[in-house]
Amino acid sequence: MNDLVQLMRPEMLLLAQVVFLLLFDLFAPDRARRHTDAVACALFLASIAVGFLPSTTGEAFGGMFTVTAMTQVVKNVLSIGLLLVFLQSRVWLSDERTSFKKAEFYILTLSTLLGMNLMISAGHFLLFYLGLELASLPLTTLVAYNKYSDESIEAGAKFVLIAAFSSGMMLFGISLFYGAAGADGLYFDVLSSRLAATPLQLLALVFFLSGVAFKISLVPFHLWTADVYQGAPTSVTAFLSVVSKGAAVFALMFLSFRLFAPLFEYWQYVVWALVVLTITIGNLFAMRQDNMKRFLAFSSISQAGYILLGMIAGTPLAMSSVVYYLLVYLVSNLGIFAVVSILENNSGKVHISDYRGLYRTNPYLSVVLMLFLFSLGGIPPFAGFFSKFFVFMAAADQGFYVLDFIALINTVISLYYYLLVVKAMFIADSENPIPTLHTDSWSRLCLTLCLVGTLFFGVFSGIYAFLSSGAWGL
Amino acid sequence: MDTKFIIALLILAIPAFNFLLLGLGGVKMSHRTAGLIGTIGLTVVAVLSYYTAITYFFDYGCMEGAYQPVIGPFPDEANPAFHWLQFTDHLTLDLGIWLDPISVMMLVVISTVSLMVHVYSNGYMHGERGFQRYFAFLSLFTFSMLGLVVATNIFQMYIFWELVGVSSYLLIGFYYTKPEAVLAAKKAFIVTRFADLGFLIGILILSYYTNTFDFAVLTDVNGPVLTSPSGATFLGISVFSWATALLFMGGAGKSAMMPLHIWLPDAMEGPTPVSALIHAATMVVAGVFLVARLFPLYFILTPEVLTGIAYLAAATSLYAAVVACVQTDIKRVLAFSTISQIAYMLVALGVSGLGGHEGLGYMASMFHLFTHAFFKALLFLCAGAVIHAIGSNEMDRMGNLRKYMPITHITFLIACLAIAGIPPFSGFFSKDEILVAAFEKDKLIFFCQYFVAGLTAFYMFRLYYGIFWGTERDYGKHLPHEAPLNMSAPLIFLTVLTCCTGLLPFNELITSDGRPFDLHTEWGIALPSIAVGVLGIVVATVLYRRPNPLPQRMADSVRTLHRAAYRRFYFDEIYMFITKNVIFRRICSPVAWFDRHIIDGFMDFQAWWSNALSFRIRALQSGSLQFYVGVFIFSILVIAGLLIAFVF
Repeated sequence: MNDLVQLMRPEMLLLAQVVFLLLFDLFAPDRARRHTDAVACALFLASIAVGFLPSTTGEAFGGMFTVTAMTQVVKNVLSIGLLLVFLQSRVWLSDERTSFKKAEFYILTLSTLLGMNLMISAGHFLLFYLGLELASLPLTTLVAYNKYSDESIEAGAKFVLIAAFSSGMMLFGISLFYGAAGADGLYFDVLSSRLAATPLQLLALVFFLSGVAFKISLVPFHLWTADVYQGAPTSVTAFLSVVSKGAAVFALMFLSFRLFAPLFEYWQYVVWALVVLTITIGNLFAMRQDNMKRFLAFSSISQAGYILLGMIAGTPLAMSSVVYYLLVYLVSNLGIFAVVSILENNSGKVHISDYRGLYRTNPYLSVVLMLFLFSLGGIPPFAGFFSKFFVFMAAADQGFYVLDFIALINTVISLYYYLLVVKAMFIADSENPIPTLHTDSWSRLCLTLCLVGTLFFGVFSGIYAFLSSGAWGL
Repeated sequence: MDTKFIIALLILAIPAFNFLLLGLGGVKMSHRTAGLIGTIGLTVVAVLSYYTAITYFFDYGCMEGAYQPVIGPFPDEANPAFHWLQFTDHLTLDLGIWLDPISVMMLVVISTVSLMVHVYSNGYMHGERGFQRYFAFLSLFTFSMLGLVVATNIFQMYIFWELVGVSSYLLIGFYYTKPEAVLAAKKAFIVTRFADLGFLIGILILSYYTNTFDFAVLTDVNGPVLTSPSGATFLGISVFSWATALLFMGGAGKSAMMPLHIWLPDAMEGPTPVSALIHAATMVVAGVFLVARLFPLYFILTPEVLTGIAYLAAATSLYAAVVACVQTDIKRVLAFSTISQIAYMLVALGVSGLGGHEGLGYMASMFHLFTHAFFKALLFLCAGAVIHAIGSNEMDRMGNLRKYMPITHITFLIACLAIAGIPPFSGFFSKDEILVAAFEKDKLIFFCQYFVAGLTAFYMFRLYYGIFWGTERDYGKHLPHEAPLNMSAPLIFLTVLTCCTGLLPFNELITSDGRPFDLHTEWGIALPSIAVGVLGIVVATVLYRRPNPLPQRMADSVRTLHRAAYRRFYFDEIYMFITKNVIFRRICSPVAWFDRHIIDGFMDFQAWWSNALSFRIRALQSGSLQFYVGVFIFSILVIAGLLIAFVF
């Protein structure tokens, strides 16, 4: 029992928070409910701090739930991401249209995180599927959170339908595995020993992984991304594009290393094609966007391609490079979303063309946004350069030179559109720029944290060294 | 840490700190404060340098009868192996302090001249725009130069070498609104950087074949590098010859040896005190210092390179002396004189042997470096005082100034006598030793240098008479006047040094192997060398003391030579021809074409296809959910189909 508490500590804490917030929202007096943000953040911060305490590794529920050093690390990474989302969503939540239900936002996101944690630690298809659904269903509600906004409703409807569809595909893949490997084959370690490159199993593999690819929004399973990102409230988009995507990446990482290792050589071909498609298509669409949220949707698709590029090598080096990439992507991208959301909340403007002349009126925000964009574009000395470097290195290490070259060319293309935003802010002039804004302290804290990460994650080699040492304990 | 290293680190840290202080906070300071900070800092540095020199020479430097290098602060007992940067298992880069006779001598030279220049600049630069910036750059330069001489390994030296180059660039271009100054700064930087490329390649070759950067290993006469060198060759020439020749290329750039001397005359566009500090006393002797530092390596492994250096230096000294005879800009005369005198030092190194009396040239070279630094700085500072009073560099705007500037006149005269090699001034002693060393090794070089000694006396006195005698010019309403105290005090101090430094027993302190040797004045050479100096002075007196038509007539009789010398034998024109017609047209243009059409073309093609493609496919993002789902299921089937087909 004690073991179980140790192993499931993060999940239990999350569950406790969800229950507490539900009761708090129901029974607390209005005066206290006004401070829901502070309560939720404080609790969550405490649970993150607990997450950094040393923990045991092992299995629970007869192998259904596994904990390794690496799962603990990635769970912490995701929690930090969610905390940053909390910090930047406070202003939006205090709007009169949403303030009365802000506890729901915290409850739903925390439940999603709980689902993600289960997905990452899953040792059995059942738990994996349950985790996936737990991570998807609350998201639907979140996407449609602004229920009086047509866009938000449309995005929610699209998301729930396509998520249901992809779940169906995934379940079909699982059922094929069941057919191929038998009832106890639903345990990952059992299935792993029975995997063989038969047509049935390959078919099952593709169906199953398409469900994960949908969550990571890899091309060609990405088409929902732009519509949903655009329609969802900005903070939810930030959550979708970083935390939700990150969780799926980690899940895919553990699946391909733990479960599908015997089929990895075949899976590599698919990944190769997906990387090329995802990076290129993401870039090509990002070039033509004016809506900042759509723009970020495609940018995040192309970033997912780079993450997959790190994964293709299938070595411990690849794993640590992926986690590192995600960590850097997390701070850079959430930083961008923080700026976008500040601008949107204060002026209602989300288009790149609205950003013209921003440097004149909001120099600090512009410079900070520029640094995040540079980091995403992979310009040294920002962290994004190092994270790209490591994934390229991981791929080159296994001889994927052509793939590296294609990705490298795409980096140049991505610079073009990242710089378009910078150009709009710094060079282009506007008669009607966004006026000088006051930034609230929570967003400022979020920006500072992201900025520190963007500037120093690359320079302090300790972080990468830590991740690459943890990578061995799969 | 040992006290001596704390002091040595302080010597470096004070100017570095002053640079940051004046560079970052200078704008907020008054001129007076900035000047005071720089000057006081340098005073402390000078005192510490003297202390270091005295304790080194008379306390801890001498072990078992010879002066040994004292290396620190790392590694010591607490830090047995401090590596700043590890290249390979064998090759590491350490930073440290190296105290030996020549480095402490250089500490004294640099801090003394720099202090004098600091004091002098308070008057000379009075009221100039950018006064604080000027002092910041002076501090940067002093820091870099001090760091260069105490480097423990060749890479550390290279780092400071480049810092010296950049601070020289900044100071030459100090008057950045003057196009000539900007051009001169650019020229100095490009020429010396080009030379430094050779230096860097030399370092790489040397470290590749010896697995070390450390001077301690490279110059250890019983060590593996010198006793069992690698036999590798490149194009039939030993790799060590390549390495030392390339290293010397860097030194030749800084020390303005032919054909890399072209930047030095132009560098006179900088403020005159800067010329005194950088382009007369300290930076330009970096090449000499480099060869002296690596002397065992040059002498034992690559004697042919050393001989080559001797001949190149002899040719340079003759060339520069001839050119100096006909220049009319007083700072240019001094610049060419500097080139000629540095060449003297390199000649001495080139003809030197290792150990005992054989190493006379080495000692003479260092001796001349030491004495020359003071009297040449003095000459430049005097020239600065004159320029300050007249407002021009041209000799034909000057004349009969001894009436107005008595102190400058006397100090300049003494410096001229010193450089002309007239006893008892310092130049006589050091130059005499060089001539003796040359006489013992190579008669051709000896006669060349002997002739140059005469020429030196001649052009220096031509300059002297041109400035302080001759016709009085129309000076307008403001008559020239003596320089203020903060400018004349350094002149007097340097004059004192010029008078006494010749008596220092260099043969006991600074020798090629650290052991003292006996030295007598060779009157058989000293007397003729005094005679040729006097002859040069007499000729100059006859020609220039009073205005007369004789100089013009002489110039007319050898008009071609005169013109060629006046135009510095067309070196600049040759360089321009080569750069414009060969390098720009034959090399750069094709490369530029390749860049513009192939590289840019590839990038443009990228932009074109990505733009065109993204336009074509934009309709895929239709917003229709049915279409999305269709693509989803279709993609799964295609991927699965392809994968299965591929595996079977």
